[in-house]
Amino acid sequence: MESLIYNFFNVEVMIRARYLLWLGLQVTLKLAFVSLLFAVLAGLFLAVIRSLGIRFLNVLIIIYVDLFRALPTIVLFMLVYFTWPYFGISLPRYWSAVVALTINGGAYFEEIFRAGIESIDEGQTEAARALGLSFTQNMFSVILPQAIRVVLPPATSNALELIKTTVLASVIALPELMKQAQQAHGSLANPTPLIMAALIFLVLLWPLVRLTGYLERRFAK
Amino acid sequence: MNFRDLFYYFFNFKFFIITLPNLLGGLLVTVEIAALSLSLGFVLGLVLAVIRVTLRHSGSSRFLRILDLPLVLYVDVLRAVPPLVTLVVIYYALPFINITIPRFWAAVLTFVVILSAFAEEIFRATIEAIDRGQVEAARSLGLSYLQSMACVVIPQAFKIALPPLTSRMIAVTKDVSLASVIGVADLLKKARAAQSLYANPTPLFSAALLFTLLFLPLVRLSMYIEKKLAE
Amino acid sequence: MTGRREAMNRIWVEIDNLHKCFGKNEVLKGINMSIRRQDVVCLLGPSGAGKSTLLRCINRLEEPTSGRVFIDGEEITAHGVDLNYMRSEIGMVFQNFNLFPHLNALENCTLALIKVRKMRKKEAEQRARDMLRQVGLENKADSKPKELSGGQQQRVAIARALSMNPKLMLFDEPTSALDPELIGEVLDTMIDLAEKGMTMIVVTHEMGFARKAATRVSVLDHGLILEDNTPDKVFDAPEHPRTKEFLSKIL
Repeated sequence: MESLIYNFFNVEVMIRARYLLWLGLQVTLKLAFVSLLFAVLAGLFLAVIRSLGIRFLNVLIIIYVDLFRALPTIVLFMLVYFTWPYFGISLPRYWSAVVALTINGGAYFEEIFRAGIESIDEGQTEAARALGLSFTQNMFSVILPQAIRVVLPPATSNALELIKTTVLASVIALPELMKQAQQAHGSLANPTPLIMAALIFLVLLWPLVRLTGYLERRFAK
Repeated sequence: MNFRDLFYYFFNFKFFIITLPNLLGGLLVTVEIAALSLSLGFVLGLVLAVIRVTLRHSGSSRFLRILDLPLVLYVDVLRAVPPLVTLVVIYYALPFINITIPRFWAAVLTFVVILSAFAEEIFRATIEAIDRGQVEAARSLGLSYLQSMACVVIPQAFKIALPPLTSRMIAVTKDVSLASVIGVADLLKKARAAQSLYANPTPLFSAALLFTLLFLPLVRLSMYIEKKLAE
Repeated sequence: MTGRREAMNRIWVEIDNLHKCFGKNEVLKGINMSIRRQDVVCLLGPSGAGKSTLLRCINRLEEPTSGRVFIDGEEITAHGVDLNYMRSEIGMVFQNFNLFPHLNALENCTLALIKVRKMRKKEAEQRARDMLRQVGLENKADSKPKELSGGQQQRVAIARALSMNPKLMLFDEPTSALDPELIGEVLDTMIDLAEKGMTMIVVTHEMGFARKAATRVSVLDHGLILEDNTPDKVFDAPEHPRTKEFLSKIL
């Protein structure tokens, strides 16, 4: 028991590591926010394009989506990070991470938004077009507002997954929360920072876990 | 930079062939971890779900319902904390309190408990969604509580649980490559090692190809199952 | 004839001072009933009177707050009694049928035979087919519940309960969830069952059935029995003023 407290909940270590973890948390939050934004926009964009029904584009989108839902995200991180130098572009780690998360998240969000759009009865579009609304007007004033209700539960669930995935940036040495925790663990020879990082994630993400469950129950078909 | 150079670097056939046996060995390890994690995690999740349903609905006993609390904690924590963090804690932190687990099994343990947490929630939700009348009919015929669960409730719950469960199982399988971070000689680790050795990223792309070949059919399969069961 | 009268004299179900509370709400305020073998008892009364609760206390789907229930001399409410065994001797038919949707009609009937009575599959299937034949649905043995009409489903539910060869059959508003044109086939099945000598306790609003098939009618209101007599006496010459009120509203 004492060993547990000394090694996992060591107050002295907590105090010494706090600044490092705070820096890491900031990076994690920035990364999460930016990547989530881009991924949602990318997914939305692709889903809307897909609803146009142009076969050639749809095939491309399907390939993209299938590919990046099948490829493990960690592999994607490495591919993005290690290939840029060969093109002579030096992409900073942060943006490599954003790119990887956007590509991966975008694929999942596309599927979610597509399902949402397709769930809206065709009659809605027919009525809108019959009234003279253009494709975009229909999409943004009629279809998407209704699709939001359908889309909300899986979208929050996916957002949660994306935030958890930011941790993978640690393998390309981005100083996000977990990397900093590992750093502190190494230099202080005490795993308390790891436990702290875990607890911080817990505090950050547990409400989202609960929210997802609530939304799924609320909007159950 | 022309196409030939591009190909030399990223899709070098010679390197691909040389590294293939090594990579396939890594793939085997990945599949082993995945198979163990999926089967054990699935079973553990189902067991936990039945336990929780029994605890939550033992109407009269407040004590039993309180026993549910540690399980709630288990399930919520493992679903909220990123898998990589859980993995690192299990492999690097536990030794400090005298629990040392070899990497392979640390990885398996991590994914078993993570999957069990997600599976528990899915099973529990579907079991609780089954109409009470089903249990009443079974009990009124003389079936015991466990018999009612096994023969009437769980078979019905299973059908509803399958789509979300399969997609979660695929997600966990993809996470298995995280094991490379703690040094398990899986496909990704071998690919990175080969990449450093030959100073050429082709092995990484080969690994990506192998992963895609492995997962694409699984993703398609789960979409098919979802469609079929929606009828 | 004498044998039947003797059999009829046996007390089959004894309910002794049964009380049931849901929280602060006392739904059954002391029910006493003696039901003889081969009696067909109809429980009538306004909504909320406690009829279903009383029925469900008999096989302890609801746990009585106090009081005792005896089936063929054995106390089902006793401590340490083998409840599963006792339930297997009582058949119950529900308002919402509660057929097992993942099993076909035959399997619905054989499940308990195999799991509780430990019968072998062939024996169980034979018995199940006999019961399905009795309710007129032997050609639907392989059908899943969703392929059957409401009336057919309820008849399968009756066959399922009968397969266990129960001493007693409980019916909880068996026709309330059915479309009007399907009620007849279920009531006919129940009348047939009554004529074959089954002891039945039926909660129902079907007065026609009560008049025709019941040997006794018990009227409940606010958790107490107001009248307990033969159908003729209750319908034509009710004693309690509230019974008169209730009957005048529905007849």
